[in-house]
Amino acid sequence: MLTTPSNPGAAYIAGAFEHPTRLATDLSIAQLHAEVARGALEDAGLGIADVDAFYTADAPGLGPIAIVEHLGIKPQIVDSTDVGGSSYLLHVNHAAQAIAAGKCSVALITLAGRPRAEGKTTVASRFAGPDVGFESPYRSSVVGMYAMAAARHMHEFGTTGEQLAWIKVAASVHAQHNPLALLRNVTTVEEVVNSPMVADPLHRLDCCVITDGGGALVVVSPEIAKSLSRPKVRVRGSGEFVKHIHGGYPDMTSSGAVVSGAQAFAEARVTPTDIKCACIYDSFTISVLIALEDLGFCEKGQGGQFVSEGNLISGVGRLPFNTDGGGLCNNHPSNRGGMTKVIEAVRQLRGEAHPRVQVPNCDLALAHGTGGWIASRHCSATLILERE
Amino acid sequence: MAESAQSDVPSPNVDLDNEQYWAAASRRQLRIGQCAKCQKAFFYPRHFCPFCLSADVDWALASGQARIYSYTVMRRVDKPYVLAYVQLDEGPAMMTNIVECDFESLTVGQVVEVVYVASTNGSLVPMFRTLDRHA
Repeated sequence: MLTTPSNPGAAYIAGAFEHPTRLATDLSIAQLHAEVARGALEDAGLGIADVDAFYTADAPGLGPIAIVEHLGIKPQIVDSTDVGGSSYLLHVNHAAQAIAAGKCSVALITLAGRPRAEGKTTVASRFAGPDVGFESPYRSSVVGMYAMAAARHMHEFGTTGEQLAWIKVAASVHAQHNPLALLRNVTTVEEVVNSPMVADPLHRLDCCVITDGGGALVVVSPEIAKSLSRPKVRVRGSGEFVKHIHGGYPDMTSSGAVVSGAQAFAEARVTPTDIKCACIYDSFTISVLIALEDLGFCEKGQGGQFVSEGNLISGVGRLPFNTDGGGLCNNHPSNRGGMTKVIEAVRQLRGEAHPRVQVPNCDLALAHGTGGWIASRHCSATLILERE
Repeated sequence: MAESAQSDVPSPNVDLDNEQYWAAASRRQLRIGQCAKCQKAFFYPRHFCPFCLSADVDWALASGQARIYSYTVMRRVDKPYVLAYVQLDEGPAMMTNIVECDFESLTVGQVVEVVYVASTNGSLVPMFRTLDRHA
């Protein structure tokens, strides 16, 4: 299907699918990849034979190869870059670049996992590099690393647990309208700060859910997008950045979003005030707060005030976020939240979000992910998507 | 100090990248990286400088004096413990546990000092304790 781009630099998300399951007792990870691939291709109006590029992370087998064979794809481009939960935003970025370069025209991106059925949480030692050799006796954990970022943010800026709780409240207000959401109860600030402490200052309700399932996206060239009947969602800007503590000099109150966001906004030639809806990976409430500041939606240190004014609630504030309920309430398949953020952004841009949370005239949305450990080493990835 | 056979501190996974560090720790020495070319101190120590890539680096002896950069109390385990980053007086910060402390009185910026705690196989792991722990 290789064609010469008539609109160089452009790529479009033509298909998006979120697996409806939250507990995949009877589905293998390979089967979940197949089901999300089918769902996204059907959504786009394309078939598996149209796919000429494939992207995934953390799939069974050697890199992407086993799932490529399992699905019966014949890709000219593959990329199994695994940077945790932000991998899928990074894959959209890489797919858009490959399409713009004329290397492919239909890129399929899949995520699947079943940590809930398998009783697994993310185990840091699975990802051990030379860094972990100096750290493993200290029993670090994902929540511990985000908790230390929250504690430092509170120390530097006076951020409070009540302010962080507003992020969960906003997600829960949206989740009540999502019949597939794992948690559909509207939550109060008091309920969050009175839930059991997991790792100070993060409470149980500051943490995202653990679910099975997955999702998929189809990114296509302008020619393919034109031939399809779906609304055109263009990848207008993208950015990615790995941040780390560089020889032992941590800066826990900011993330790689400072760079990935600036790249995406510069490429899109828009500013944070132009964004109608933001879908931000909410592994923990603090992940959202730091991202909001780093992306420029408010000043550094003012995130607590921004969220406690209700700004994240659709129909109330100026930046509706995670209108599906996000990872905090809806879905967090395979402990990787980036995929579902892009999917909900696409729904909003198409006008296909739930009517109670649909942002009016949503023509510009941002999706953002943080993969890894925000207090130390992680990869941030940002997309700015536009309905044409 | 909890140097007993009942230690619940996992022993280090010693390999080519860290064997000098852990050997020093079991001699009650805290080693950090020190670049002879660009003069920067760094943690974790390694066989080159992460700022200029020079191989002219020392595994220098640190004082063991530090301040808490950030910390958290890991609550959802049988015996809660403190995970922290401490900033060493030499400059760089390292992950550690704060031990022999009152969880509720810890603060960011608090002065701490190194202490060596036995892990499950008896090898020593540098951790930190507050100075006013007996106050």
